[in-house]
Amino acid sequence: MNLDFSPEELAFRDQVRAFIAENYPKGVAPDGLRDDLEPEDMLAWHKVLGEKGWSVPAWPEEYGGTGWTPTQRYIWGEENARVNAIMPLPFGVSMVGPVIYTFGNDEQKAQHLPGIRSGDVWWCQGYSEPGAGSDLASLKTTAVRDGDHYVINGQKTWTTLAQHADWGFFLCRTDPDAAKPQEGISFILVDMKTPGIEVRPIKLIDGGYEVNETWLTDVRVPVENLVGQENMGWTYAKFLLAHERSGIAGVARSKRGVEKLREIAGTEQQDGAPLMEDFDFARKVSQLEIDLSALEITELRTLAGEQAGKGPGPESSILKIKGTEIQQRLTELTLEAVGHYGTPFYPSISDAGSNDYPIGPDYAQHASATYFNMRKTSIYGGSNEIQRNIITKMILGL
Amino acid sequence: MDFNFTETQEMVRDGLSRLVREEYEWEKRGEVIASDAGWRPEIWAQLAELGMLGMPFSEEDGGFGGGAVDAMVVMEEFGKGLVVEPFVPTVVCAGGFLKHAGTAAQKDEHLGGIVAGSSLFAFAYAEPRGRFDYANLETTAKKDGSGYVINGHKAVVIGAPWATHLIVSARTGGAQADKDGVSLFIVEKGADGVVTRDYPTVDGRRASEVYFENVAVPAEALIGEEGAALPLIERVTDEAIAAQCAEACGAMKVAHTLTVDYSRTRKQFGVPIGSFQVLQHRMVDMYTEYEQSVSMTYLATLKLEAEAKERQLAVSSAKVRVGQAAHHIGQEAIQIHGGMGMTDEMQIGHYFKRLTIFDAEFGNVDHHMKRHIALAKG
Repeated sequence: MNLDFSPEELAFRDQVRAFIAENYPKGVAPDGLRDDLEPEDMLAWHKVLGEKGWSVPAWPEEYGGTGWTPTQRYIWGEENARVNAIMPLPFGVSMVGPVIYTFGNDEQKAQHLPGIRSGDVWWCQGYSEPGAGSDLASLKTTAVRDGDHYVINGQKTWTTLAQHADWGFFLCRTDPDAAKPQEGISFILVDMKTPGIEVRPIKLIDGGYEVNETWLTDVRVPVENLVGQENMGWTYAKFLLAHERSGIAGVARSKRGVEKLREIAGTEQQDGAPLMEDFDFARKVSQLEIDLSALEITELRTLAGEQAGKGPGPESSILKIKGTEIQQRLTELTLEAVGHYGTPFYPSISDAGSNDYPIGPDYAQHASATYFNMRKTSIYGGSNEIQRNIITKMILGL
Repeated sequence: MDFNFTETQEMVRDGLSRLVREEYEWEKRGEVIASDAGWRPEIWAQLAELGMLGMPFSEEDGGFGGGAVDAMVVMEEFGKGLVVEPFVPTVVCAGGFLKHAGTAAQKDEHLGGIVAGSSLFAFAYAEPRGRFDYANLETTAKKDGSGYVINGHKAVVIGAPWATHLIVSARTGGAQADKDGVSLFIVEKGADGVVTRDYPTVDGRRASEVYFENVAVPAEALIGEEGAALPLIERVTDEAIAAQCAEACGAMKVAHTLTVDYSRTRKQFGVPIGSFQVLQHRMVDMYTEYEQSVSMTYLATLKLEAEAKERQLAVSSAKVRVGQAAHHIGQEAIQIHGGMGMTDEMQIGHYFKRLTIFDAEFGNVDHHMKRHIALAKG
């Protein structure tokens, strides 16, 4: 038993660190925040990685994966987090990509995988509906066969960044008479330019427009866009969610966040001394850091299991719960650290387009927006309560 | 990076698991902790025979060349069975002091007895007014000719009633809480002037108040350098903390399993209480706390050989996290057992008590949080 990286792993770390230093696009979101980014900024690193062949490390090599071990992928994540890199969006790379190469046919692989790898095609996820959140299987959007097409009708919601999307993957009900709600669902790929699709932005509590309502009215999609078998979509959806959860812990990014929090609290003054000298505050930071190291070792143990051939199991639910709790506490403490300057509303750069000088210190500008935004993490990807249901069933056996 | 146990470690785990299951069965344990002796010398002899008591020592010291990970495996199994025999005071603490700082003569004299099971040690470090500060000592050791004379009162010395020897911290110089001036001595428990008041602990072990009244010891009783023992005490107690974190993990695992099993059988409103989501989620949170504790125990154990600051950060992090989890799991386990959890008859209460007392040993959550804050500052 040991926690050290092998000499080969250390050499790998040096190699990727050097690559990132030389190739990371200059000037893209130095503070690592996504909400102020233009779409091309969100794709900038993805495109560089696509050229290099490193945009989809976890995929099987035959589909463009790097063949890295789980430990190497962990190192890759750590090194990117060190520089706050804006990583490829998950919708193509971590979600629909694995579904297509696992369950799709050769035509679908040939049509879609290259664009996902290169970052040329932007994907969005059509899962949740106004009446189907945690109870996703109760979804009502229908796809009715009409000759060579499906005709899709319904409403999806929380479609993240659909305003920029070229393609979407949608869960639709194809058999309304199935015995169980899970059994009549299909997984369908939809070109977002198809007539009948309307994307309406939803303004969120942080003032940004990250998600949308997506309305589908008589949207005609060729039957070739069905992935796998009709009515088997629930299986593919669950497969996708398990993939989504691995890596969701966000350890490396939270470590960077704690460093930044210590910097802020070392600058902010309270009672004539840095806030970091305040025992109550320091205690909260130490607790966060301690919980984060527990999460880190737990993630490494899970990785070691994967390396030994065990797939991401129900333990990934623990990573999701603890990882998101820590991300939320981190942003809460950061907001607490900036004191008064958490109060002003800063419109996002893309919204404002103004050259007003900023109010308060730079590090305060996103503190409340980020805190508000991160409340989503315990809700998405299967809410933390759903994760507890999964552990109840799979691990406790109740 | 490697989280696998060696074949030997797996064998040790299996062997101890069997020993605890077959020879340390619950009824027997209950009788023994209520008896005059309070422990089972024959179990200690079996541990010696299995090589457990010599495990962390090098082969040239008469041991089997194991390390901290081996101690972790042992303690986790002991935690599962709430084993009361004094492995940490004798093997981890006394063994650690001798291993790191003992002279050839001291090792010669004492390690053989530890390995064979004939010498039992207790570590007398705590004092009524010192709380968790190893340097805050009112016990003194004054130079007298070539030897020393020890005076003072040591508090809650775990395992002292069974011990043949004590390791005692005492002040040989400096003011009451100075970092310098702390020394360690090996004292025979039967020495003139050693007075003990023995008592049971709430978690089934035995301890003593130990009074030193002009106890004369020779120069050879000093471990390490005079007045410079604090870093050594910190190192060895960090090793003890890692071992006890493993013990707590074992106890938490059983406490969680007992609770889930109970929730399957106990019916209210016509259904097993384990079918209630409000209890399911609480048991999931217990499980998560347990898993985080295992991770932190690995971290602390694997950092014991790192440089002092890195080691202390890891150990304090673990003691905080595991201490919090131990309280959480213990309290929730009692709650979910309902009224039955309050009875002495059920196993769960005994796990709860051990997990409660674990916190205060070698510094509680608050103490280690303070150490973490100080270390993280730079």
